[in-house]
Amino acid sequence: MPIIEFEENRYDCNPGETLLECLDRYNCPPPSSCQSGLCHTCLMRCLEGTPPPSSQNGLKPGLVKQGYFLPCVCYPEGDMKIALPDASAVPHARAKLISKTLLTPSIARLRFEVDEDFSYIPGQFTNIFKDEQVTRTYSIASVPAIDGNVLEFHIEKIPGGQVSQWVFDTLSEGDELQISEALGECFYQADQSERSLLLIATGSGFAPIYGIVRDAINQAHQGDIHVYHGAGLPEKLYLVEEMRALAEKQANVFYHPCLSRNAIDGLEAGRANELALAQHEDLKGWTVYLCGHPEMVKATKKKVFLAGVSMHDIHSDPFEFSK
Amino acid sequence: MSEALFEKIGGEAAVNAAVDIFYRKVLADDRINRFFEGVDMDAQAAKQKAFLTMAFGGPNNYTGKDMREGHAHLVKDGLNDSHFDAVVENLGATLKELGVADDLIVQVAAVAETTRNDVLGK
Repeated sequence: MPIIEFEENRYDCNPGETLLECLDRYNCPPPSSCQSGLCHTCLMRCLEGTPPPSSQNGLKPGLVKQGYFLPCVCYPEGDMKIALPDASAVPHARAKLISKTLLTPSIARLRFEVDEDFSYIPGQFTNIFKDEQVTRTYSIASVPAIDGNVLEFHIEKIPGGQVSQWVFDTLSEGDELQISEALGECFYQADQSERSLLLIATGSGFAPIYGIVRDAINQAHQGDIHVYHGAGLPEKLYLVEEMRALAEKQANVFYHPCLSRNAIDGLEAGRANELALAQHEDLKGWTVYLCGHPEMVKATKKKVFLAGVSMHDIHSDPFEFSK
Repeated sequence: MSEALFEKIGGEAAVNAAVDIFYRKVLADDRINRFFEGVDMDAQAAKQKAFLTMAFGGPNNYTGKDMREGHAHLVKDGLNDSHFDAVVENLGATLKELGVADDLIVQVAAVAETTRNDVLGK
């Protein structure tokens, strides 16, 4: 009889009952709705053990890879340690700041040294703990194959922002802090080598995009890679020369830095997402990555879907503001 | 559940092929797209998948109560027969686009029809 470990307790799962039924018996079920593995309301994550593949049916490959599953259709085949999807954001690893520089007056580039066993996939995010109570989510810009055990973040100073202000004013090289494990499904899939990729970012939303593009190239992606980085003001665009050089070197990379207000030499005028959609009208079969301003992400998600991208192939990382 | 219908249409593979097409049609249909505004698209696509599975006669555990409660806030917002009809119309168009035979489309519409009163809180 499989033992299910959940939130410090251990439960027996009876033969022939689903994991959801088991948790229900013990009065600690996750929210649920269709009871058929379709609506994903009951989504949970398996931290130890292996969920049966049939309980992962319909989930995005990125989630399957990280052990997410649907308890309402899960008949455990062995012991499992499970958690609610958002319970993974606890302090998990040490990070030591080794470099803090400015990419623009309001966007800092932080590079942290982490232990070799900290694993992540470029494009994922992690929670950085300023202290035990205060934490913020930041997307990772580095690539293990290129940056080794160094994690890179692009952090924008938000007026009145508790953590971003502290990052700019106080955090110094040599400081150590805690970060959570890497989370999220916004990353490059190696089995999509032939596809066209469209990556759109606003402001510091470029961080995960920078990681994903370099990861794709590192994995010899064959299809075209179209990158659009947009901002309202030139001082919010960064790594422009690096990206131009990358696009020069790689025949399949096309880079478009965009300014939504006035055009300036070398930068295209218009919003990144609007330019992208205007230049590529039929996106059937493409994979799309959207990162940055939540309104841009939400609106563009819908537009690329209507332009033919499958829901499954839209990866978004909206930078929601914390209260 | 009607196994025969579900298998004839093409089972889960058919549902997966239909979801994106159906959801696109719904979002582009000005008669009903306002009811889908502001809803998280991934969550909505998952619900569409559940609905299509049910409409194709596939395995599902929806009860009338689920349908009633799930749509109650939309009924308050004006959801009525014309909107239900529009959804079924989009469902038919989706199946036609996928090359499903007319007689099967009629059966799917009939299954969808059984939910009308629960969806509209009648």
